[in-house]
Amino acid sequence: MSASPTRGTGKYSVFAIAREAMRLHTGWKRAWASPEPKKKYKVVIVGAGGHGLATAYYLGKNHGITDVAIIEKGWLGGGNTGRNTTIIRSNYLQDASAAIFDKSLKLYEDLSQDLNYNIMFSPRGLLMLAQTEHEVRGYKRTVYANQLQNVATEWVTPERIKEMLPIINIDGPRYPVLGGLYQARGGTARHDAVAWGYARACSAMGMDIIQTCEVKGVETANGQVRAVNTTKGRIECDKLAMIVAGNSSVLAEMAGFRLPIESVALQALVSEPIKPCCDLVIMANTVHGYLSQSDKGEMVIGGGTDGFNNYSQRGSWHHIEETVRALVETFPMLSRLKMLRQWGGIVDMTGDRSPILSTTPVGNIFVNCGWGTGGFKAIPGSGWAMAELVANGTPGPLAAEFGLNRFREGRFIDESVAAGVAH
Amino acid sequence: MLTLTCPYCGIRAEETELAPGGEAHLKRFGPGASDEDFEGYLFARKNPRGVHFERWRHAYGCGKWFLAARDTVTLEVYGTYRAQTPFPTPEIVAAIQARHPDWTPDFDATSPTPTSTPEGLIQ
Repeated sequence: MSASPTRGTGKYSVFAIAREAMRLHTGWKRAWASPEPKKKYKVVIVGAGGHGLATAYYLGKNHGITDVAIIEKGWLGGGNTGRNTTIIRSNYLQDASAAIFDKSLKLYEDLSQDLNYNIMFSPRGLLMLAQTEHEVRGYKRTVYANQLQNVATEWVTPERIKEMLPIINIDGPRYPVLGGLYQARGGTARHDAVAWGYARACSAMGMDIIQTCEVKGVETANGQVRAVNTTKGRIECDKLAMIVAGNSSVLAEMAGFRLPIESVALQALVSEPIKPCCDLVIMANTVHGYLSQSDKGEMVIGGGTDGFNNYSQRGSWHHIEETVRALVETFPMLSRLKMLRQWGGIVDMTGDRSPILSTTPVGNIFVNCGWGTGGFKAIPGSGWAMAELVANGTPGPLAAEFGLNRFREGRFIDESVAAGVAH
Repeated sequence: MLTLTCPYCGIRAEETELAPGGEAHLKRFGPGASDEDFEGYLFARKNPRGVHFERWRHAYGCGKWFLAARDTVTLEVYGTYRAQTPFPTPEIVAAIQARHPDWTPDFDATSPTPTSTPEGLIQ
């Protein structure tokens, strides 16, 4: 089967826009179908967020497996895929992280062409501010590590930062800017479009995307997965991939095992739209604040996580207050902005702040979770590595280090120490 | 904002005054335990969608650790109790069952358990 993402909808192009303009846009087809589930699939993927859809896409494209259902309890891309701050970067410290995140960034660079769907990837440059002496040392170390990993990053001085970003106040006093880790290839993309583009391509390959279909139980026999019981009936499968972020522990319990995951709320907020003033993505990790300006002109601000288990998709007020208070010192102009919206997502945190792509104690059940606060940037790379794992039953080079066995073996990929914060 | 009553000093503390400490009532496994048990104790967590028993510290108050029963979906608090309590108390179980009649404890509160009142502990 061909992996053409345009079957069923026609190719999107400037000519298609001109043609549709002539007939008052009556000819656009639905980008993906909404079928009822079949009785059996070769692979069932739980979770139609970015990671689930990307896994399905690369299963079809790289491994020729298209007998796939992607089932979703809510709506497509309505979880963390639609709730993040859309930051894309690959400047990680550990080799295993750099490999999978840089694979992801490289796939993002060509993703609009690959999917024939404009994901509005904007490699505008990403700057992580060092605001303590510890961060200066930590980020310099990351720059050196990145050079060994063939990930282009550089250390920039406060003066250069002020040139790049005139709205910044580098003088402190409480959080002076002492320098920064700059990745020119980093940036943002339109988060919904990533999910929609993958969904259209999966649907074109003949995969079934089944929304508002909640998994209620996982059926196993002799240590192997048999089927999932859902609100739309029983669906048999040869292989099951659980890619459900904050709900991973709930699904794992249905299958009879536990994960080293805790679910907590992470929040973001956007301001009223203003004229272009910030053409970089800024991460201020000491104060847990992330800032970028959307194409609509809104300042998109991400904050820190709550410390306690939470499934409510609402976070604590004081975290917003802390984030905004700290950012206002570094970006005084923010103090005059009204905030329009605030929302929360439930992120799946592992102890070492690195993801899990792994086989499980149950045969033919695979998990992809633990991306915590930094999953959006990883969507294509995660899908690529997960498809390899599901298709072959064993992880490929990208996923090998991220198995569940690393906890028993004490072989952590410790990005919490490396970055000092959530990602 | 989340508010918990500290069972030691009786203060109704809001969350900026408290430090969360993760799942409560973990069974410790140490030297001599199997790798599987030790891994489970260190890393595996229930992380339930619903009733959760957890540790908190009244960090900017009396400084003591205590336990709380809380719902991770509605954020409702069913009650707090002292850290030396080996299982959630009958009052806590009753409070949970008043809200969720189908909920049954996954622990056996009648079984003998080691008490955790070493000498010198300030009660």
